[in-house]
Amino acid sequence: MINLLLFPVLIPFLFAAVLLLFPKKVKAQRIVTMIGLLFALASSFVLLYKVKVDGVQALTLGSWAPPFGITMVSDMLSALLVTSSLIIALFVVWYSFTSIGEEREKAFYYPAILFMLTGVNGAFTTGDIFNMFVFFEVLLMSSYVLIVLGGEKVQLKESIKYIIVNVVSSSLFVITVGYLYSVVGTLNMADISVKLAEVGPSGIVTVIAVLFLIVFGIKGGIFPLFFWLPGSYAAPPVPVLALFGALLTKVGVYAIMRTYTLFFTADIGYTHNLLMILSILTIVVGCIGALAYFDVKQIIIYNIVIAVGVILFGASVMNESGMMGSVFYLIHDILIKGALFLLIGIIIKITGTSDLRKMGGLMKRYPLLAWCYLIVAFGLAGIPPLSGFIGKLLIVQGGFEGELLWQSIFILASSLLVLLSAIRIFIYAFWGEEKGDHLISKKKYRHLLAPAITLAGITVLYGVGAEYLVPFMADATNVLLDPSIYVDAVFEGVK
Amino acid sequence: MEILMSILIGFLFMAAVYLILSRSLIRIIIGTGLLSHGTHLLLLTMGGLGGESAPVLADGITDYADPLPQALILTAIVISFGVTAFSLVLAYRTYKVVGTDNMDLMKGNEDND
Repeated sequence: MINLLLFPVLIPFLFAAVLLLFPKKVKAQRIVTMIGLLFALASSFVLLYKVKVDGVQALTLGSWAPPFGITMVSDMLSALLVTSSLIIALFVVWYSFTSIGEEREKAFYYPAILFMLTGVNGAFTTGDIFNMFVFFEVLLMSSYVLIVLGGEKVQLKESIKYIIVNVVSSSLFVITVGYLYSVVGTLNMADISVKLAEVGPSGIVTVIAVLFLIVFGIKGGIFPLFFWLPGSYAAPPVPVLALFGALLTKVGVYAIMRTYTLFFTADIGYTHNLLMILSILTIVVGCIGALAYFDVKQIIIYNIVIAVGVILFGASVMNESGMMGSVFYLIHDILIKGALFLLIGIIIKITGTSDLRKMGGLMKRYPLLAWCYLIVAFGLAGIPPLSGFIGKLLIVQGGFEGELLWQSIFILASSLLVLLSAIRIFIYAFWGEEKGDHLISKKKYRHLLAPAITLAGITVLYGVGAEYLVPFMADATNVLLDPSIYVDAVFEGVK
Repeated sequence: MEILMSILIGFLFMAAVYLILSRSLIRIIIGTGLLSHGTHLLLLTMGGLGGESAPVLADGITDYADPLPQALILTAIVISFGVTAFSLVLAYRTYKVVGTDNMDLMKGNEDND
């Protein structure tokens, strides 16, 4: 099973290609998509087990020895991320059956999701920096389709901006790869790591590091570069929003974590400090945004920005607790944002508006939804024993160990603001008098609630069962902190 | 030769930024096209220009061109063609639905402010 690590990339791709053949048969589309996702998820679990038992897996395509051929590498971090992205996709697709509408389903909605998964999983798995650009383009191209699908006025207006921002950032990505190539003369990430270690700290490498931060920062939504995110993410319907919010920004975050631990470890004083300052500012701006809006979508979207800041802060301190906290929080955030968006989607479907001031009193008729939302909101804010707690605790612990007292206290304080912003939704939407029409039938409500509750259950399990996940997280942390494990795995067959 | 290429690339980037900052949608898309052309030339220059022979292994050939940047540019060109085509179609649809191609008039949306 040497090709095992390609399965989560190739299975969605093959199923998407098959789905293109019969776009009008909605039932068949749904079934085939589900089968494909289940296959991919099963393969990713096998991969997870394999990586746990045998260590980092590397595959050189066409048996061209590294650094000449394209390498695919699956370490614990990427295996975990691939698994969680497939879980999210599974629930979003399940939720879409009742939510997205037949018109969109007939317009290649499911193939676009599967192609996007190909890009996301590919970007998580690739061991070649230019190949990462290609997979980024695959996921971006599918995200362009998803964001514009339906062709409403808002969608068209926002997707134009989304596309232009991403085209410019993709150009910058190629430019940066070009600079990197002129310095080290290779594209293989393991080889770059070795060569850059030989070059040592130098000005040009720092410039490349900052350029990479800008490129991935635009995708991930860090402080000065997140400006496109609130507008563009609010435009598409909720299942697409859930997919984007849970996955797309995390690809940028993963790329920053990967490049900043594997390549740019020579000048930590400058690059990682910059990353830390930006992540703190990201949290500040995210908190302001999350409290400023009365629109449920916008509140949760700004919570994505906060989470990106928290994860990158943990990564920037570069010690064991901080990094482990980052990995914990990264997976937590993928799951919890997915669950939150699905629940928010039900609220919007029931009330027909996303404005908090126009809703109220849902508690009486929809108690299950209310309690489920409350649990997820507590998980988001990090109330023990739910899933946000462990990650944030480790990140703050890492901050204290790295003697970043104020910054760590800041992270703790931001939890309170996150809780406040999430509870505001609860108070406005579920308490008070009943307002507005209830536009949804009982049957449809149950169909929408099932995937959301299951996903919320998974986030709870992730928090409560954290003890069983620690060995996995420790493996991921070890690879991040000690690049030689990664490098040795890639060059294993050569030496 | 590298200096000349750098100036050309800089000029392309300048024109691209000028066009991207303008208000008309179609100018912005032309701007992104120029940006990707500049990027591809930069990639070529970064790999080092020159090299007398084709990059084929044979006896006595030492001064050969670097094949890798050309492969990268081929990939990047195909991608940028695809994205440009998509954004042109999207710009047309947006013009039809929104009724303008002026980016100033596409700010905000009715629900939020």
